[in-house]
Amino acid sequence: MINNKFFGRKRAEPARPIPPGQYLEDGFPVLSAGPTQRVDKATWNFSIEIGDDTVGTWTWDALNALPQTDLHTDLHCVTKWSKQDTDWRGVTIDALLADAGVQPPAGFVMASSDGGYTTNVPSADVIDGKGLLVHTYDGEPLEAEHGGPVRLLIPHLYLWKSAKWIRSLKFMDKDEPGFWERYGYHMYGDPWREQRYTND
Amino acid sequence: MSQVSTIDWQIATVRSIHVESPRVKLFTLELPAETPFRAGQHFDVRLTASDGYQAQRSYSVSSSPEPAPNPTSIEFAVELIADGEVSSYFHEAVEVGDQIEIRGPIGGHFTWSPIAAKPVMMIAGGSGIAPIMSMIRHRSNADVIKKTPMLLMFSARTEADMLFAAELESIAVNDPDFHLIVALTRSEEVASGNRPFRHLRRIDGPMIESALSNLATHPSRSYICGGSSFVEAMANHLLDLGIPNNSIRTERFGP
Repeated sequence: MINNKFFGRKRAEPARPIPPGQYLEDGFPVLSAGPTQRVDKATWNFSIEIGDDTVGTWTWDALNALPQTDLHTDLHCVTKWSKQDTDWRGVTIDALLADAGVQPPAGFVMASSDGGYTTNVPSADVIDGKGLLVHTYDGEPLEAEHGGPVRLLIPHLYLWKSAKWIRSLKFMDKDEPGFWERYGYHMYGDPWREQRYTND
Repeated sequence: MSQVSTIDWQIATVRSIHVESPRVKLFTLELPAETPFRAGQHFDVRLTASDGYQAQRSYSVSSSPEPAPNPTSIEFAVELIADGEVSSYFHEAVEVGDQIEIRGPIGGHFTWSPIAAKPVMMIAGGSGIAPIMSMIRHRSNADVIKKTPMLLMFSARTEADMLFAAELESIAVNDPDFHLIVALTRSEEVASGNRPFRHLRRIDGPMIESALSNLATHPSRSYICGGSSFVEAMANHLLDLGIPNNSIRTERFGP
């Protein structure tokens, strides 16, 4: 349906195309379902579970002792903003699995965070360099309101999949809905296919 | 809940436009079909230019879900944003009778229904009152003997910027279980009349602590909606006052 009196604003051409229905944002909006979590790096740890078994647990120092990866990428939030050319540093899920001495499991992953937030993705979307635990944004320690000290980053999916204040990844055989997915958001969330809500 | 079908785009018709404040207009849209929603949910709006360019935004519903279960219209508040291509379209171009593509309802965390009698607290900044207004109206319409005790702390720039002012004050005056505290952040003095609920400063920890004394117990749940930095500050105040993290629900907009 055409809105005859709508012309859009004069738009600067994005450096690269952005997904359908998105607009470019220069700032870095904060969207969280609850308060910013207060996470103490001294007591923080992160676990990987496969089924019911915990195969690895890392403290803040242990995470920083692993091989570090720099990532330059674009972000796409389901609330319609996209942000191009962001710089992150952290540890790939591959490096964590290798450190735990386990092969990447097939199936699905549930990410869990301080504050009770969860989100689900296929395992294939966090391995082969696609998923990282990040602690540094734009050369600075990641701010709490953006998920610091450590958040998950899966930039090829809508940003709600990149859980803030991450505490664990649980690999599981069957897919299960996480926090927003139970409220009608998409189980996969590919911004290029505009998978915002259930069955999009 | 994840088994619902696709949320389809539908064409709504603008039934009325009301200038609510210098920067906010209220739009009432008639939906093509009965559409149940919960107080606090939002709809997506999609605008399409003749060259195919599209823009989408989300707007919280400010009207009540009644007549339940099948309302046929929704109201939402559009604040004019500098350089906002969608908000400027609504403010400058949209007329009664125009058609708008929308889909929803969407979201389910920032919602409230008056099933529990335990007190709730709402904190709204500016147009962040919109989804909370839906909850307040829902509460007013609830068919219960005793309404849920509710505390609303509402921050606005000036008297004129306070959305739904008359309606909120009417509820506050007539309903002993509804408590309204207004904080005007850019007002030198109270405009006129006897306005007992006004503070002339930003909402801070002591103001919240004092306001909470209106409730018999700590709120079982708190809802905060507004701009990002406002919500951040308010949520931190609540945590500092010992309000449990998992009882606080937030909705943030803007950078």
